[in-house]
Amino acid sequence: MADFLRGWRHSQELRLLAVIAAMGAVLAVVTPGFASAQNLMDMLTSSAFTGILAVGLLVVLIAGGVDISFAATASITQYVALTLANQGMLGWPGVVAVAIGLGGLLGVINALLVTTLGLSSIIVTIATQSLFYGLLMTFTNGQDIFALPDWFNAGLHWGIHVDAQGGEQALNLQIVLLVVVGLLTSWLLTRTSIGRQVFAMGGNPEAARRIGFPVFRLNLLVYGFMGAVAGLASLVHAQLVQSVSPSALVGRELDVLAAVVLGGASLNGGIGSVSGTLLGVALLAVLQNGLTLLGVSSYWSQLCTGSVIIAAVVMMAHQQQQTIHRKKAALT
Amino acid sequence: MNPVRTPASEAAASPGFFELQAISKRYGGVQALSGVNLTLRAGEVHCLCGQNGSGKSTLIKILAGVEQPDAGSRIVIDGELHARLSPTASRRLGVQVIYQDLSLFPNLTVAENIAVGQHLGRWHQVDHAAMLRSAQAAMDSIDVALDLHAPVSTLGIAQRQLVAICRAMASDARLLVMDEPTASLTRHEVDALLALTKQLKSRGVAIMFVSHRLDEVMEVAERVTVLRDGVSQGCFGVQEMTDQRLTTLMTGREFHYTPRQVDHSAAPVVLATRGLSREGDYADIDLEVHAGEILGITGLLGSGRTELALSLFGMTRPDKGELHVDGQAVTLRSNRDAIRHGIAYLAEDRLSHGLVVAQSIGANIIVSVLDTLKNAFGLLGHQATGDAVAHGVAELRIKTRNPENAVSTLSGGNQQRVVLAKWLATRPRVLILDSPTVGVDVAAKDGIYEVIRGLAAQGMAVIMISDEIPEVLYHSDRILVMQRGRIAHRFNVGQATAATLQEAVHG
Repeated sequence: MADFLRGWRHSQELRLLAVIAAMGAVLAVVTPGFASAQNLMDMLTSSAFTGILAVGLLVVLIAGGVDISFAATASITQYVALTLANQGMLGWPGVVAVAIGLGGLLGVINALLVTTLGLSSIIVTIATQSLFYGLLMTFTNGQDIFALPDWFNAGLHWGIHVDAQGGEQALNLQIVLLVVVGLLTSWLLTRTSIGRQVFAMGGNPEAARRIGFPVFRLNLLVYGFMGAVAGLASLVHAQLVQSVSPSALVGRELDVLAAVVLGGASLNGGIGSVSGTLLGVALLAVLQNGLTLLGVSSYWSQLCTGSVIIAAVVMMAHQQQQTIHRKKAALT
Repeated sequence: MNPVRTPASEAAASPGFFELQAISKRYGGVQALSGVNLTLRAGEVHCLCGQNGSGKSTLIKILAGVEQPDAGSRIVIDGELHARLSPTASRRLGVQVIYQDLSLFPNLTVAENIAVGQHLGRWHQVDHAAMLRSAQAAMDSIDVALDLHAPVSTLGIAQRQLVAICRAMASDARLLVMDEPTASLTRHEVDALLALTKQLKSRGVAIMFVSHRLDEVMEVAERVTVLRDGVSQGCFGVQEMTDQRLTTLMTGREFHYTPRQVDHSAAPVVLATRGLSREGDYADIDLEVHAGEILGITGLLGSGRTELALSLFGMTRPDKGELHVDGQAVTLRSNRDAIRHGIAYLAEDRLSHGLVVAQSIGANIIVSVLDTLKNAFGLLGHQATGDAVAHGVAELRIKTRNPENAVSTLSGGNQQRVVLAKWLATRPRVLILDSPTVGVDVAAKDGIYEVIRGLAAQGMAVIMISDEIPEVLYHSDRILVMQRGRIAHRFNVGQATAATLQEAVHG
């Protein structure tokens, strides 16, 4: 425990937590609605989609790659799974299985292209992003699905709690999946040999190969995991907005990437944590929610988000420089 | 920890337990190894010597199972024949290789790096307690104490090497191969490493040192195998080997350099510094270079040599101190300023900083002087560029049929000549060379030295940075030795010898 705290003291996590707490405190005072249980639950529910994707992307970044295609993957999985559900072919387990399976498959395609062709993952996944979107738009003619099965629209709820004002709060599908994916990924990354191999591969790919780690299989797993997680996230999104639009998720990949980097993951691989990633997502969510509650226009809120990301990245770069400098100074 | 516990005396007489027979390996058009035989006995320290490109690394990779030898090669281990090894098979048979880059995972902890083979291998939940125990056991077995929880990125180079050795111990190594293990260690650290080697040897572990510094391994090694151009030059007892003989075996030529050491103090000072300092990099640097003089700067990796060179070339700004060019104080805001003042810099890593290898030889030569080749329309004149390229190719005798060919088609020595030609096109008066012969074979080295001496003879002031002691000893007039960012020793004309220089660098 002492080690754990020592590790946290100078960490990105703690800094993010401090910034979130400060922002939260100001918002709680300025806008009475912010600190209400209802608002917090809403915020959690609506950022679950980004959060789940961010956790998936974190794994890819740690492994030393990057994935730009997951929003396209998610668009395909929600369209296919819910089209099948609409035809009465699937229930909850079926929808989840199809979304995860199809997402995983698309992820594996990315992995095969990256590993067998030896291409950079950013180029491959930009290409597959176009490819996946293109396929989806071609087959669907860009048609939205407005009517989803009733059981899907009703969603899943656990532990319903009615407060004094008669408002209902419950753990919904979104929140539960976010927690489950977060905990599972954190366990995989820090407690299992596969997770440590992924870290090792991201830290020094050549050494991982020399020591005999199954680099090819690890890549299949990492990109497959990203795809599967994107499949899950796509259901979370569709359930929340109660419809499916093939173009609804375009452009979301960059928000997610920003949140992961904000959370301390390195684009060079080998570094990152689930807790940091989720705090990065939380920071952006609190910022956006706060600006909305303050009545700031969405244009301004975009500008603010951009500025915060730049500030955070500048701070991280500065921190890194200082560490290098300190280390050098210690040598002389 | 090791099944083979033969006493050293008995081991010397016993047959080899690792035998490489008629090992050949071809990469495309290059015969990297041909018919190499090598026998390793339990508990022996065997030194493998050879120049860059002699096939040492290929041989190691074949032992480690990373590369597969060509048909006809035989690997006999404990009397059993293997046509080829996989990395897993090699490790199972007890081969552990410590590569020059150490192959550590900087982002993982010391414990994870040491026990990586036992505890992060198959897919399962990591047993942290057991992992810590086996890492601790490996450290105890060689009397090393490091913080098991520290990320390896926070360790110094000598400590990292210990982590790599502990990793090999944790895997029950029977044959430990160390690739250039002393390259970046201080004298004290080298001594500690050699003491450790003796300890492993007494336990029956066979050790193969890959090195070209005979003096360092002399006290622990028993036999030396020399490779040249992929062919074994034989296996020799260490008693019958001398530095001179080793060089001849490695290069196939006799080299009789005499130290240059010419007094240029009467010539004008071209570049000088006074108290030049940059926090964390170097401090209080006073130096001057005269026209026609070659000033050698040496020191260990990380002693601040390269950092100093970067500041002299305007790539980084010193915190304090003065820089004089031709007696005038100047401030270099960028390398453009430096070039304008007649300073040229040949980077240590020519592949990533000095050359665009996919582009043509000609394009590389003129890239630093494009502005001067513009015609009246501001475009590159065909005639002018052609002349400049032809001049560069001729002046440095670059061996190519067509300067339109990509630089990647040239050998290391000729690539280095292209970099030189590029800088000479700027007509510099100060030429800073950082490790000018790294990755260049001995014969081509000779040609580069000739070029450098010729430039100095024309009146250019040359600063040559190198960690190869003979290089600075034989090819410079005065020598500075850097330690921890400071100039620790100054050798004036006629003061340096191989022994004193060696002592100054590692002391």
